[in-house]
Amino acid sequence: MATAGARRSAPASAAELAAELAAAAGTVRVLGAGTKLRWAPDASPELELSTAGLDRIVEHNAGDLTAVLEAGVPLARAQETFRQAGQMLALDPADAGGSTIGGIVAANDSGPLRARYGGPRDLVVGMRVALADGTVAKSGGKVIKNVAGYDLAKLFTGSHGTLGAILEVSVRLHPLPPATATAVGHTHSPHLLAGGAAALSHARLEQMGLDVRWAAGAGMVLGRFGGVAARAQAESAERLLRDAGLEAELVAADEPLWQAQRESQRSPEGLVVRVSALQTDLEQLAGVAERHGATLVGRAGLGLFWLRLDDGDASALLEDLDGFVSLTLDRPAGMALEPPPSNALLARLKERFDPDGKLI
Amino acid sequence: MDGGEVELLAELSAAVGAEHVVTHEHQLRTYESDGLLQYAVTPRAVVLPGSTAEVQAVVRACHRAGVPWVARGAGSGLSGGATPVAEGLLISLSRMRSIVEVDLANQRVVVEPGVTNIAVSQAVGPDHFYPPDPSSQIVCTIGGNVAENSGGAHCFKYGFTTNYVTGLELVLPDGELVQLGGKEIDHPGPDLLGAFVGSEGTLGVATKIWLRIVPKPEAVRTLVAFFGSPIQAGEVVSEIVSSGIVPGAIEMMDNLSIKAAEGYTNAGYPTDAGAALVVELDGSDAECETRFEEVVGICERAGADSIRVAADEAERELIWRARKAAFAAMGRIAPNYYVQDSVIPRTRLAEVLGRIEELGREYDLKIANVFHAGDGNLHPLVCYDGSVPGEAERAEECAGLIVKACVDAGGSITGEHGVGVDKKRYMPEMFSDADLGAFQRLRCAFDPDQRANPGKVMPTPRLCGEVPGPYRQHPLEQAGLAERF
Repeated sequence: MATAGARRSAPASAAELAAELAAAAGTVRVLGAGTKLRWAPDASPELELSTAGLDRIVEHNAGDLTAVLEAGVPLARAQETFRQAGQMLALDPADAGGSTIGGIVAANDSGPLRARYGGPRDLVVGMRVALADGTVAKSGGKVIKNVAGYDLAKLFTGSHGTLGAILEVSVRLHPLPPATATAVGHTHSPHLLAGGAAALSHARLEQMGLDVRWAAGAGMVLGRFGGVAARAQAESAERLLRDAGLEAELVAADEPLWQAQRESQRSPEGLVVRVSALQTDLEQLAGVAERHGATLVGRAGLGLFWLRLDDGDASALLEDLDGFVSLTLDRPAGMALEPPPSNALLARLKERFDPDGKLI
Repeated sequence: MDGGEVELLAELSAAVGAEHVVTHEHQLRTYESDGLLQYAVTPRAVVLPGSTAEVQAVVRACHRAGVPWVARGAGSGLSGGATPVAEGLLISLSRMRSIVEVDLANQRVVVEPGVTNIAVSQAVGPDHFYPPDPSSQIVCTIGGNVAENSGGAHCFKYGFTTNYVTGLELVLPDGELVQLGGKEIDHPGPDLLGAFVGSEGTLGVATKIWLRIVPKPEAVRTLVAFFGSPIQAGEVVSEIVSSGIVPGAIEMMDNLSIKAAEGYTNAGYPTDAGAALVVELDGSDAECETRFEEVVGICERAGADSIRVAADEAERELIWRARKAAFAAMGRIAPNYYVQDSVIPRTRLAEVLGRIEELGREYDLKIANVFHAGDGNLHPLVCYDGSVPGEAERAEECAGLIVKACVDAGGSITGEHGVGVDKKRYMPEMFSDADLGAFQRLRCAFDPDQRANPGKVMPTPRLCGEVPGPYRQHPLEQAGLAERF
């Protein structure tokens, strides 16, 4: 699904991609599989440069719990490799299939595992990039602990390809938990929802996920536990939810619950806004979702929420989020999207990394 | 003292109060080194601002006068990162030590840069804690931790400073005040916050820091097991990790460091042990208990000579005392030592230890090893006697070869101490010219005049080209003293 009018190229090697970037005279948009093109501001690049051809799993060092992936490797394929060794890359954004590791990092996308393991910024330990002039440079390394040099990987996380093209990332892996169990608390009150979530986020429990959901007058708090004693921990969480006034249950086959949380972070035709808020904003945000007929999902302990509106007045919802730090992701056809606000420091970075303003 | 300097000092005195501007030779000597004493430079003056506005006034004055500066927290760093520059100012943040806000409901703390690491955990107890715990945590400051991206014994499980900073208020080198992030995580756009953490004071001064805190684990279990050799203990580490256990901490000492530490602490470590392995698990009661039994089983099956399990907090402290004293105790082995901070992929431990042993023989120097074993962060201590002519140079050369061996194994020159002045010469072992050029672009976007902590991190002086505009050769470049990227 190329942007109209853009030439599309998917070089087969990092060197070719860098050369093509250097040679490009006009504007360039870097992309992976193109699953998040609807997140990009309106623009008509002359070239769409895809990393899809860079799809090698370069290293999987099972003993060191690290891996090196080319940017175009689909996350799902990498996870399959890691799973065979009892490991995972603890990154689980909504992925209908094909999302590449490079695209996920460039968009700073994440899912429920963020609660325990952090986001792309916390899991990427090294990166190789091609800059606008074709320079190929790396930062970080392949080991999980390393403070040598500037952490350019962070700079490229969330940069949406505007500072250069991510060619390769080194990531830290984690062991797959031997078992999981989820404590679920149900309520029809945004106030109790927030109370239940706070009870879990402040508990001395080690959760691998702490999510909330609000849709059509009903809410859920989900506390997921992984480990040899997953069930015992989930039982403790179940008690805490009950004490907070929620109707609680324990779900052992919990994967579908979490799949639903992830899926609610995308809307095929509607609006999705990511809100960077605080834990204590949950009650208010559930109220916003309720008023607009939107679905809210998110990481209760981190204060990171997604509001999804499949059908309805998108601009009215956005107005109600005024004052929150937010980022529009999916948007309905025809809805204009301004480029994200810049500042003097970002402008100076752009000048240094892409002086001709090639990358959009 | 020239006219410009008199004027600058008058401006600084007006900004922070004359009593907070230090110019007396004897007082300046206090600041000539950080924790790495082999580097000592006396700055022109030391200023101690007491607020963000005062930091801004000081940095602005330096910007106008074209004077470089170095920001300093407690000065406990181990890479010479806070070594002053002779022609510049030292800005000490030690007066800015207020905890601005404790927001337990949102699990955030807002602090000034001079607040000590330990003070954060103390402020949020008893139910929460701040995980990064460098061994200098009683004195080291959060501002310094941000500059160095400090870790600690528990970072294999809990991560580093960068994983806990959600916001920064910064004074940029031109005096501009900016805020990156805040209490919320994931502000849209490139992660400038993440790029600043670990930049070793070369991009600006943090004047306010937002930190994430987490609930304390329900249970903590600690043991120390003794083995015949570090390689044998290293295999145990691999087995623990590959069985899916993520210890809160997993630390190793070799025979030389056990001997030194035991003589110093009387923690009860057998001095004939080839290696001591400290394993600490934390988490929920049920999880911790089951996993701890597994760890004991792994140690037994691997043929541990003895295993000591801490029955209470006092016994846990005793186990840790020996590990924490390892550096300080080295004086019992040799008058001086040179400490490295290299990292290796853990699976290469046996091979790299073999190489270190070989280098010790070749250079006829004792090398003690203390590791953060989970993440492969080695601290080889190359012992020498500085009063023997040539021995310090020999130790430094040997330490350099150890660093090279670690990088060759796929590792890093520094895991937590930072590059500073001490390791910048090793940077080309890890990074190409193109890599360093990309670093320089970041540096130049924040600090085009390179007045913030000049001479650190980068192996050779580099200039910031004018952007945009035609190429002009800088006088230093004409003289062949610097390269342009």
